[in-house]
Amino acid sequence: MSMNRRSLIKVVAAGGALMGLGLLMPRMAMAAWAKEAFEAKEQNTAIKSLYGDAELTESAEVILDAPDIAENGAVVPVTVSTGMANVESMSIFIENNPSPLAAQFIIPEGTAADVSTRVRMGKTTNVTAVVKADGKLYSATKEVKVTIGGCGG
Amino acid sequence: MSMTRREFAQMLGIAGLAGMLPVKGMAASRQPSDLYEVPSFGNVRLLHMTDCHAQLLPVYFREPNVNLGVAGAVGKAPHLVGDKLLQHFGVAPGSIEAHALTCLNYNDAALQYGKVGGFAHLKTLADRLRDSFGREKTLLLDGGDTWQGSGTSYKTRGMDMVRAGNALGVDIMTGHWEFTYNQAEILRNIEAFDGEFLAQNVFITEDAMFSSDTDYLFDDFEGRVFKPYSIRELGGVRIAVIGQAFPRTKIANPARFIPDWTFDIYDNRLQVIVDQVRSEEKVDAVVVLSHNGMDVDLAMASRVSGVDLILGGHTHDGMPAPTVVKNSGGETLVFNAGSNGKFLGTLDLDIRNGKIQDYRYRLIPVFSELIPADASMLALIDDIRTPHLGWLNEELAVADELMFRRGNFNGTFDQVICDALREVGDAQISLSPGFRWGTTVLKGQMINMERVLDQTCLTYPETYVREMKGSELKLIMEDVADNLFNPEPYLQSGGDMVRVGGFDYVCEPGRKIGERISEMTLDNGERIEADKTYKVTGWATVGSQSKGPAIWDVVADYLRDHKEARIDKLNTPVLKGVKGNPGLVDYAAEVIS
Repeated sequence: MSMNRRSLIKVVAAGGALMGLGLLMPRMAMAAWAKEAFEAKEQNTAIKSLYGDAELTESAEVILDAPDIAENGAVVPVTVSTGMANVESMSIFIENNPSPLAAQFIIPEGTAADVSTRVRMGKTTNVTAVVKADGKLYSATKEVKVTIGGCGG
Repeated sequence: MSMTRREFAQMLGIAGLAGMLPVKGMAASRQPSDLYEVPSFGNVRLLHMTDCHAQLLPVYFREPNVNLGVAGAVGKAPHLVGDKLLQHFGVAPGSIEAHALTCLNYNDAALQYGKVGGFAHLKTLADRLRDSFGREKTLLLDGGDTWQGSGTSYKTRGMDMVRAGNALGVDIMTGHWEFTYNQAEILRNIEAFDGEFLAQNVFITEDAMFSSDTDYLFDDFEGRVFKPYSIRELGGVRIAVIGQAFPRTKIANPARFIPDWTFDIYDNRLQVIVDQVRSEEKVDAVVVLSHNGMDVDLAMASRVSGVDLILGGHTHDGMPAPTVVKNSGGETLVFNAGSNGKFLGTLDLDIRNGKIQDYRYRLIPVFSELIPADASMLALIDDIRTPHLGWLNEELAVADELMFRRGNFNGTFDQVICDALREVGDAQISLSPGFRWGTTVLKGQMINMERVLDQTCLTYPETYVREMKGSELKLIMEDVADNLFNPEPYLQSGGDMVRVGGFDYVCEPGRKIGERISEMTLDNGERIEADKTYKVTGWATVGSQSKGPAIWDVVADYLRDHKEARIDKLNTPVLKGVKGNPGLVDYAAEVIS
């Protein structure tokens, strides 16, 4: 291995940051910031605001990776990936958060649909990933437990 | 208190014997001919110890009278106590094994059979079992919780136990409380350990990848902090041993000691390793040395295929026979080997033609009076303890009754700790963690500092006294109860219920989070109200460090003052929905339904 994981991650992160900028510019250009969705207090309102009335289908092809129990509710790692074709966007909802929509990723054509982020959650909640592919919506949901900890044997 | 006719007869039997024979005569008649004569079987012998909690010398350890199973776990191993456990495993009541495995008639039987464990006795037994079978065909596996639990392990930051483990000849270990020192200390301890420290489920956090020195990582690319598995050739076959550290370490214990590491169960990653060692390493058997806790082991065994044996610990369940779990790849045998050096699991395997054909298992109780001490280990233990004897040997108070912790709710020693906290901190309510470690003191015996340290010695011993709303107290109680009674094992953390002082409550384990705890009532009869503020004291906070004195100093002050460890009121909850549960015997409070 000519490059260790640490340097690789740094390279990827740098690439990611650039990609982020790339995403940011069209956002500003198109003024497509989903303000209403991000500010919605209910998950259903946020989903509706983001995707309209299109129906959500639960799919095993949406791979949602989150811990069963959060080690730290302030930074819970969540990864969403899918092998589906023509993915346009992926979004993450934390049902019991004051503003459930945590992130929306626009996936440019030809990009691997595989995103990771950290989300904050104050209490045990469902996490839902929504993938928009070929104009249709697919989802996966997992409950993440948040505990005060301690008292372990 | 209902006692079955058999329990009663059995109690009379033991009492009768104890009364009739002089103690020395008992010692002579105690020697059970077959207890330590283990016939060899097959071509590989695995010796398994776990959760000794740094008990270098023999101790008393009473098994629980409350170990409730919920949902699918009701009435199944390990959620069996007393005569229900004996019936399930076909152990003769009144036998020395029955005393080792249960709490029945504990005080009298403990006087009769003596202390258990101790590294010098463990060493003699392990050597005997290795020599009789062939050292080259034997492995000694330690499931962890070895480097914490005593005054000397605290003072040496675990290094005393590294030395003791090396002298014992531990080949492979994994960990949990090993992770309650600072990262650098843990790495130093592992460096000094002669065997291999394995954990497939501990990774570096991605944040730490950027900022920390990560040269110590076992696998820089995968982000593995420790070696995940080891391939051993012995008895003419190849065996993979995979380490599974306690997956909830950063939740149950302070994350601040190990900021750069992250833990979980990781079924998928375990499956990848199992498939890989089977296809590429061509092993004949796959063993997981686990610190999951037995309920999690059982669940994991049903989800992951291709594991032959899980040798587990954490929940301190001394199970005399394995549980057979079916999964998509066949069967996995789950063993759990108790705690405190009380048992040495001895598993003989006949491995031929690429698989385990048959096995023999004995969970051998280590009765210290029946096994001579190994002289070199004794010398090492002396060397470790001598600098600290003044501290350890201080006599504090006499036990007015049997003092123990283990069980789902307040043990008698917990109550002493809770009473001490309340008195010294001048608080209405005290909370004490439901650890499963902590040894036993017989009625009438002296409680010295060492026995207090057995119950309290960890690396975050600071106490607190603070104001807390009734609603907050309820939240804590519900949260801990859910870590114990959630029907999904992967959402349990393996500790027992938080111990309380100054109030009683009703607990219904079979309900959901938020609904298990009710009728919280102060000792003066006043109902605890959600909006009212109470003065609460406790210790072992996992968040930020508390400011108060160490818990052992608080308890020692109290005991010095009282000269007698006596309990006026045991704050153990009234139970609902568990009547007839085989995980309950001789319960000290009311069981409503």
